[in-house]
Parts: sequence; structure tokens; C-alpha cells
Amino acid sequence: MNNISTVAEKPKIYWEPNEYHHVPYQIYSDGGIYEEEQKRLFRGPVWQFVGLDMEVPNPGDFKTTWIGDTPILLIRDETGALNAFVNRCAHRGTTLCFEAYGNKPVLSCVYHNWCFDLQGNLQSVAFQHGIRKQGGLPKDFCFKDHGLTRLRVAQVRNLVFATFSDETPPIEEFLGETMVSHMNRIFNRPMKILGTYSQYMHNNWKLYMENVKDSYHASLLHLFFTTFRLNRLSMEGGLLLDDSGGHHISYSKVKTDSSQDTEYETGQLRAQQDDFTLADRRLLRTFPEFEDGITHAIQGIFPTMVVQQIQNSLAVRQLVPRGPGECELFWTILGYEDDTPDQTDMRLKQSNLIGPAGLVSMEDGIIGSLVQRAIDCDSDKSTVLEMGGHSVENQKSRVSEASVRGFWKAYRTHMDL
Amino acid sequence: MNEITMMLLPRVENLISRYVHCVDDYRLAEIPDFFTDDALYRIIPRRNYEQGHLVGIMECDGKGMIHDRMSSLNRANIFEPHRYRHMVSATVIRGAEGGEIRADTNFFVARIMESGEFSLFTTGVYRDVIVEKEGQLLFKERIVVCDSTRVDSLLALPI
Repeated sequence: MNNISTVAEKPKIYWEPNEYHHVPYQIYSDGGIYEEEQKRLFRGPVWQFVGLDMEVPNPGDFKTTWIGDTPILLIRDETGALNAFVNRCAHRGTTLCFEAYGNKPVLSCVYHNWCFDLQGNLQSVAFQHGIRKQGGLPKDFCFKDHGLTRLRVAQVRNLVFATFSDETPPIEEFLGETMVSHMNRIFNRPMKILGTYSQYMHNNWKLYMENVKDSYHASLLHLFFTTFRLNRLSMEGGLLLDDSGGHHISYSKVKTDSSQDTEYETGQLRAQQDDFTLADRRLLRTFPEFEDGITHAIQGIFPTMVVQQIQNSLAVRQLVPRGPGECELFWTILGYEDDTPDQTDMRLKQSNLIGPAGLVSMEDGIIGSLVQRAIDCDSDKSTVLEMGGHSVENQKSRVSEASVRGFWKAYRTHMDL
Repeated sequence: MNEITMMLLPRVENLISRYVHCVDDYRLAEIPDFFTDDALYRIIPRRNYEQGHLVGIMECDGKGMIHDRMSSLNRANIFEPHRYRHMVSATVIRGAEGGEIRADTNFFVARIMESGEFSLFTTGVYRDVIVEKEGQLLFKERIVVCDSTRVDSLLALPI
């Protein structure tokens, strides 16, 4: 029998086994790869960040988001538990909630008024018994079989994760001890949201995640950082990777700069102009926040999440792919509930460093696009990732692409490539 | 609207027009001159603004920080060359007390790349507080409330 819905053929890609220091350009633009990612990564045995618990504080509060291409509804039920569903009515596939945030006592579909409780069970169907015994559902229609598609939900402090797969290991195991303890470090007491926005980028989602994991580029592409000694590769710091390679933390301490005898001092770097001074240095006012003295820590969680500490600018970022060549980055800027007005003011000023208009980070909004538009024409060629060798391991130097290689190691494992 | 605010309106609209022409002509070094020394310039999505969240896309507290923004664009930041074209609505004066004029003006901004590609980059409302200093009107506060929460690629030039 000729079955039209046969399993799609795996995309053909030439990639040396166990090689992480070369990545074929094809991986960033191939539509077939993109489809496989939806199946194996986003709906596969992987935890996906979907939001912060304080975005939905009360019963009935919901937010809408995405895991890969799939629309997701995160909602708090009457018991206080967080539930995640595919944001789609079980009847005709209509989007259930089309607001970004809201509150609903029951999830009713606008199309035909099918109603679901906050655990996703089908509660009622309009005209279930028809009118005057005409029409309506057949007698053997089973309400139980027509609930919402429900995901597993797990939480680390304020961070809420969801997964489609029953095979995904427990969240602590998925993240590993180092990653969890870093989350505990930042989310150590009640937090509050200071603002949100999103940034739409014209590049494959993986180019952005590589950028996040690439500690090598920071002082080279971003001049603002370097000039004001906010972060230099010669500062004390390092890279930490989990066992899978997929998660990383890049950290540094700002007060330990010893830049003698490096290219910084000999002035060989373009990204350095020491005569560049600020008229108002209040922009850079900071306060010590963590006992370990770490002033910068970027944590990349596989596949699409970032936890950010840039001085006192705290944020989480969630990346949503929008087709092979585009993606959207959702930023949530954070503070602590017990911040003093002065501390809030410093966080507010430092918000100038990040985001689409970030004095430090605005270049990240286009760098992926600058790559994407130049590689689409040559899918058989590949990118080079050899800084710090070919290995995937913790490194004392951040002049390294080890965490980018780590991303590809985890990616190849999940994608079976 | 009383007679005084009616008389002020053409001057207010002239200030707002001169500002958008300055941005669109890429005379970035002149931008700080539109502001008082203690001016607040903030770009923030409407949702944050309405929820009372302070953090948005850009935050300059004082003329010095506006100046620093412009010199950073000029010397530090890397972005593809582009220009804006602003279209602004007639201005509505919301109030004029204690020497401060509160004025709202809608805007559309197109972004034009060197490649020729152009798009509607952002829309929103200027919520301005304007004062007179030495016979000149200046922005004491310019809250740029953008209708969308999303920014395409990056936001370099001021709105």
C-alpha cells in the first residue's frame, strides 16, 4: 500500500562523526533540518523554558508563548499549580488564548464554545445534545479523549520549564548540578519584573545561541564593554560546561583586570579607544550583589534559554525560532522585590547596556544576520570553531569556543546527526 | 485650551518638527541641544508603560547621557548604515502648569537601509514635558511610548 504520510526522509548532511569544531552551513538554512528540530529538540526529550512563575501569580492567570513553532499556554490552576498546554482547542484546532497575558476561570474556545478546565479537561460542549433532539454529539463521544494536549511542567526557583516528552529526565538531571546552583544563586529571593520586550532577528536561531555561547567575541565586536573595562578576556573568569555540553556558564570578575602584555595594552585591537570617555558616568554605577565577586555571568541553557547577569542587569531571555532564517528573542528584565530605590535606579540605568538598543549588545541583533546572508549560498561549506582547541570541556580562558562546540555536541546527540 | 496654550502650540510643534528633522538628517551631535540638563529621555513599549514598568528599550537620565548615547553611536557601536524618516501628527497640549507644557504627539518612523530596503520601523506617541529656558523651548521629559513590544534587529538611532 502506498502511504502518503510515510516518515519523511532524514535530511542529507555531510558532517564528520563527533566533529564539533566544524559546522556545515547547511545546518543554519535547511528546511528539512528545521522540521527535524521541531520533532527532536522542541518536542523531544528536552526541557524548554516557558516563563517565570511571577508572570502568572494568581489562579486563572495565563501567558501565551512558544516552544519551537508550537503555541503554548502556561496557566495557573485553582490549586496554584502551573499547567502547560498546546494553545489549541481540541475540537477544530483554534487558538484558545490569543492575548499575551490574561486571566480566565475556564478556557472556552471562541469558535464553538467548547470549554476546558484549567487542567485541560474538556468540560462542556455547546449544543452537546443538539436542539430538540436534532444534531449534537453522538452518544459514544468521550469527553476524556478530547482534552488539551498537556505538557510536563517543572520549576527551578522562579523559572518554569515544560516538555512534550515522557522520556525527558527530571529537570535537575537535565540541567546538572552546576547549572541548577547558578540559577539558585540568582533566583535566591523574591524577584520582580522590571520590563519586557522582544527582538526580531533575521537569522537561524542557532546563530544566536552560538553568539550567546561565544565568549571570544564579546570584547571584539562590542566596543563599549572593552573601552570601559566592563568585561575583558584578561579579567579573572572562565567557562563552565555541563556533561552534555549543551549548557554553559561564562563568568568574570570585573575588579581583577590585569591587561599588561596583552593585545589590549599594545593597542592592536580595533575595539579599543582609550580616549573615549563618558560625559555622565552614572550610567556605569554598580553595587556588589553576589558574595562570590562574579560581576558577569551568562548562562546558556540548551536549547534556547539565557540567564543573564551583566553587573546589576539581571534578565532571562527566551529564543523562539520563526522559520529557518528568523527568530525572536523575548527579554524579561528583573530585579529583587527588596531592592532599594537607588538599586532599582542603577538597574534601570544599566538596562541601557542590554537589549536591542544596548550600548553593549546591540551588535548581537545583526551579527547573526550578517552571517546568515553570506552563507545561504554555500550550504556545502562550514564554519570554524577552533579557539581553545577541539575539545568540549571547562576552560580557564574565555578566549575559547569550547561552549559553542558544546552546543553542537548536545545538538548532534539530540538530532541524531 | 486657554489662550496661552493656544499661543504656545505653534512653538511646541516647531520644537517637535525640528527634533525629527534633526534625527532624520542624521545630525546626531545636535540632538542633546533639544533637552534640558536634567532631561529624561526614555523609549519604552506601551505594555511596560501601561503596567508601570520603568525598564524599556533606552533610558537617558540627563543631557550628558543623551550626549553619551550619540557619541557611542558615532564611535563605538556597529550597525548597518541606515536613516529614519519620521512623520508626526498634530500635537495635543495636555496641560500647561508651573512653566511646564505637557504635549502628546503621535509618530510613525520608517527605517531605510543602504540596500534600499525600507520598512515601517515603529509607531507610537511622544509624551513630552516642555519648558522654556532663555527664550527657547526644550524637552524636560520625552517619553517615547512605542506601540509594539517588538524591535526589529536593533534600535540604534533615537526615535
